[in-house]
Amino acid sequence: MSVDFFYPEYEIVRDQNRCISCRVCERQCANCVHAFDEASGKMYADDSKCVNCHRCVSLCPTRALKIVKSGNTFKTNSNWTNDYMKEIYRQANSGGVLLSSMGNPADFPVYWDKILINASQVTNPSIDPLREPMETRTFLGKKPAKIERDCDGNIITKMEPNLELALPVLFGGMSYGAISYNAHASLAQAAKSCGTFYNTGEGGLHKDFYQYGTNTIVQVASGRFGVYKDYLNAGAAIEIKIGQGAKPGIGGHLPGLKIVGDISQTRMIPQGTDAISPAPHHDIYSIEDLHQLVYSLKEATDYQKPIIVKIAAVHNVAAIASGVARSGADIIAIDGFRGGTGAAPTRIRDNVGIPIELALASVDQRLRDEGIRGNISVICGGSIRNSTDVVKAIALGADAVYIATAALLAMGCHLCRSCHTGNCNWGIATQKPELVKRLNPEIATQRLINLLNAWEHEITEIMGGMGINSIEALRGNRLMLRGIGLTEKELEILGIKHAGE
Amino acid sequence: MKRVYVQEQWCLGCHLCEYACAFANSGQEQPGAGGLDMSRALQGRAINPRIKIEEKDNISFAVSCRHCEDPVCQKSCIAGAISVKDGMVHIDQNKCVGCYTCVLVCPYGAVMPAESGQVMQKCELCTERLNGGTPACVAACPNRAIVFEER
Repeated sequence: MSVDFFYPEYEIVRDQNRCISCRVCERQCANCVHAFDEASGKMYADDSKCVNCHRCVSLCPTRALKIVKSGNTFKTNSNWTNDYMKEIYRQANSGGVLLSSMGNPADFPVYWDKILINASQVTNPSIDPLREPMETRTFLGKKPAKIERDCDGNIITKMEPNLELALPVLFGGMSYGAISYNAHASLAQAAKSCGTFYNTGEGGLHKDFYQYGTNTIVQVASGRFGVYKDYLNAGAAIEIKIGQGAKPGIGGHLPGLKIVGDISQTRMIPQGTDAISPAPHHDIYSIEDLHQLVYSLKEATDYQKPIIVKIAAVHNVAAIASGVARSGADIIAIDGFRGGTGAAPTRIRDNVGIPIELALASVDQRLRDEGIRGNISVICGGSIRNSTDVVKAIALGADAVYIATAALLAMGCHLCRSCHTGNCNWGIATQKPELVKRLNPEIATQRLINLLNAWEHEITEIMGGMGINSIEALRGNRLMLRGIGLTEKELEILGIKHAGE
Repeated sequence: MKRVYVQEQWCLGCHLCEYACAFANSGQEQPGAGGLDMSRALQGRAINPRIKIEEKDNISFAVSCRHCEDPVCQKSCIAGAISVKDGMVHIDQNKCVGCYTCVLVCPYGAVMPAESGQVMQKCELCTERLNGGTPACVAACPNRAIVFEER
């Protein structure tokens, strides 16, 4: 019915003076947007199929293409926005749940951008990271609460298992299935090269990647895909995924169409069956249940590996974190509402959860107030976009951060938010062999390494400016932060003063 | 000697190498023209590059001169137009008589007639253009499927 006609949201503008009809755009578009017209010898584009992934724009050798937002609009209405109207039309047509990919793009406050960092002047001199040692090494896991001695008076140095990171940044969980083999290979190699960790997500660990085990965090999620003894022992740590920032309280569903070949083997489910992750773990209904799973996993791995519990940032996150800290987990990962996803119901993604900055500050404060901060390390994730976000997160109380969207961007993702279509033109969120090969791990690995190196340089530079020479000294150092344009309440939750105070 | 090698598993069949080659050998490059020089050189024309994509279904790879150590094209040349310079096989187009023998004997199909049809052409590693720098096809490949290296 004509009511379902939508004028394309983005338009492809082709400069015919530049276009040489080389047809690269046509060959590189998995959505079949571009076509060559033999009669006129010219290229044409069907804007309605365009997802604005910029593959064609990036590869056009003569810079003949650009993508602009279409000027077409319904009558302007601040309440019934264009998007809300279109969503009604789409649902009236399909009767289905709206799906979206990647993190919440809505216009909510980004607190990182309302926090400013301090620097030293005169009294507490800054440090030049090029001349003086600067420690970015971080350990994640339980820390001893007090010095203990044996009967001879010697200090007992036996520690709980800890993860050692060369810099406080890890790659967040993205499953094999959600992202491609080549994307996983790149993350694994980059993590190994940079002395940090990547996370398998819930899709199991491909047999080719067991060799990167010392830099791998293996995930145990509600679907338990690919979980068995060797998998648990393959990684350096095990993460129990309770929730995800993009869709707190919601399970996952990888369509059977994507469960082919290696993915079916890695997930240990038959080819063609839907991979359904239930919303809850069916064996966890309390902190006591969580305690049981934590200790089951510890038992299975001979108490050699730290256990991470990943939760989404929701309203009572501080109380939940306190419970997690008491469950025996070594590390808690908190995922904010901007966190990415391969597919989530749009309504959930855009309306459920809370900003990671507030969640992190309240969790750190609560754990400190209860005197259990040393029992557990805190990883925060959910849209860490640059090195200053990392510094601010650590000053707010994080031990380290997860980056996933940033890592995808480094590999080529242009945030077109169409992962759920499986047609990723950059070879990342797809399982089609002809698209997967577009991501050469040799290139993507180097780009990930470059990103982490660049951030490390910036982090040491910023720390030096503050007169701080180690991540340890920055952690929870909220005096190094000031808020700008924030209300009393927001400042109180963040535990920081306003700029000028 | 550094040669152009092709890594078939990374070739996307985008054909950018062909266009980069055609442009590099067009003599119309203007530094700082921001791509407009490529448009001027190639617009409205069928290109005749020295590297060509072979493809079928989802398999593709680029083929250009291998710069054989003992080139059959050189042996077959009746005019003595083909020589090996520092490991690179070179056609002297002033000597070429256009007999097409080299085109017929090349086992890779890497020698082809120039646009005029009177003389032959083949990949010469962009030596004239760049004096030994990275060949244009290698620089243009978005997925490192074509590499220029010592092996």
